[in-house]
Amino acid sequence: MRAATTEPRAVRALLILIAIGWLALVILLPLFAVFVQAFEKGTGAFVDAILQPDALASIRLTLLTAAIVVPFNCVFGIAAAWAVAKHDFRGRNLLVSLIDLPFSVSPVVAGLMFVLLFGANGWFGPWLMAHGIRIMFAVPAIVIATAFVTFPYVARELIPLMIAQGRAEEEAALTLGANGFQTFWHVTLPNIRWGLLYGVLLTNARAMGEFGAVSVVSGHIRGLTNTMPLHVEVLYNEYNFVGAFAVASLLACLALVTLGAKTLLEWRHRDALAATGH
Amino acid sequence: MTITIDTLVKTFGTSSALNGVSLDIADGAFVALLGPSGSGKTTLLRIIAGLEAADSGHVLFGGEDVTDRAVQDRGIGFVFQHYALFRHMTVAQNIAFGLTVMKRRQRPGKADIAARVEELLGLVQLPGLGERFPSQLSGGQRQRVALARALAREPKILLLDEPFGALDTKVRRELRVALRAIHDRVGLTSIFVTHDREEAFALADKVAILSNGRIEQYGPPSEIERAPASEFVRDFVI
Repeated sequence: MRAATTEPRAVRALLILIAIGWLALVILLPLFAVFVQAFEKGTGAFVDAILQPDALASIRLTLLTAAIVVPFNCVFGIAAAWAVAKHDFRGRNLLVSLIDLPFSVSPVVAGLMFVLLFGANGWFGPWLMAHGIRIMFAVPAIVIATAFVTFPYVARELIPLMIAQGRAEEEAALTLGANGFQTFWHVTLPNIRWGLLYGVLLTNARAMGEFGAVSVVSGHIRGLTNTMPLHVEVLYNEYNFVGAFAVASLLACLALVTLGAKTLLEWRHRDALAATGH
Repeated sequence: MTITIDTLVKTFGTSSALNGVSLDIADGAFVALLGPSGSGKTTLLRIIAGLEAADSGHVLFGGEDVTDRAVQDRGIGFVFQHYALFRHMTVAQNIAFGLTVMKRRQRPGKADIAARVEELLGLVQLPGLGERFPSQLSGGQRQRVALARALAREPKILLLDEPFGALDTKVRRELRVALRAIHDRVGLTSIFVTHDREEAFALADKVAILSNGRIEQYGPPSEIERAPASEFVRDFVI
């Protein structure tokens, strides 16, 4: 006898094999290839490539951009999800569609939108130029374009979670005398923390990896406005494969570190996770 | 504390939930709002609590108009149908919540809060379960915790929305008895919503029967049984 939901051993083995095989082919093998290529000329060449001033500048710019964009989108994502999930108001569906907009717009188009707004011939370009404010082909444009592209991640992660949790716990807090902020801080936020963490990690990964939108607005000034993905492309186009793959592998490492951080947090708080039924 | 409900009207979009409901509830009374689903009984309870705003009409507690007072300032306890316990907090933290969110000047000390939590756990017959999480409790235990939590700030008025709705028959009976005992002991004025005729008649001093956003009859169970005021009441009650 076996349980009704248990498949025969052979079927199980086959399914697991297919899943692992596919994973290996489309994820592990390419990732492995990046690291192999990066270390092809030895560790010395790898370190040299990373320590190039332009490479270091691109790493700094990428980290700076993520450090600005992630907190902003975290706050705005929570606010948007809270508004949508816990309140009824006119235009709610429109807001949900707007939140999704960056997902459906190609990043290149997103970049061009900001050129139209802030470029030399754009709507605000002449005014900005007259007041000596530099947005295009500088850090502000890179941050704005990245913020646009990564806007939906936190909100999208939280909206279904908050809708599923309903408003009962918030209402209970209110009847117990908590004010709006106390309700949010003591009830809403703890209930969404794991979804929020996941949204933040996705935002971070995408913010560091964004290519299309940033490519349009950055101006590709080496050592100044090239983020890591842009710098990888520049090196690759110059046939500097060790350099390109060294920076690429570092970018991949940053992603793996965030993934590792998430796993570690989940492992350390596994009791609380089990108790709250996430 | 007396509760006076004066011609409350509430509409959701185009459908009306309450069509001018008035009700006088004496101090210390235990009142059931009984009616089929869609009769407006939960809406009425939520307006009394301040969780919902009426389109017109007034709510008075002890003769004082509280219609425009925020839910936090009404001094009520509210028990939800599905408990609405804070799932990330222990039972003790749940019960203490109403005390811990008080302004610093009014808030009792840590030891006082802990003592109050123990006292409430005893009142709802769950001593020693303070360190558990809600997910580790049965349905009946959860509702007892919800009751203890609602009583922590010593409200004069207790409002309960289908408090036994999600429980099985045996647990219902036990909890009913416990609730009545607590009501009498603490000296509350309580209103509870139910669609269960037997429950309303067994527990309440007075029953208000609602249909389509109107009160069909309001009186002690014996009076309603003896002289149903309308065809609807006769069908629904007997």
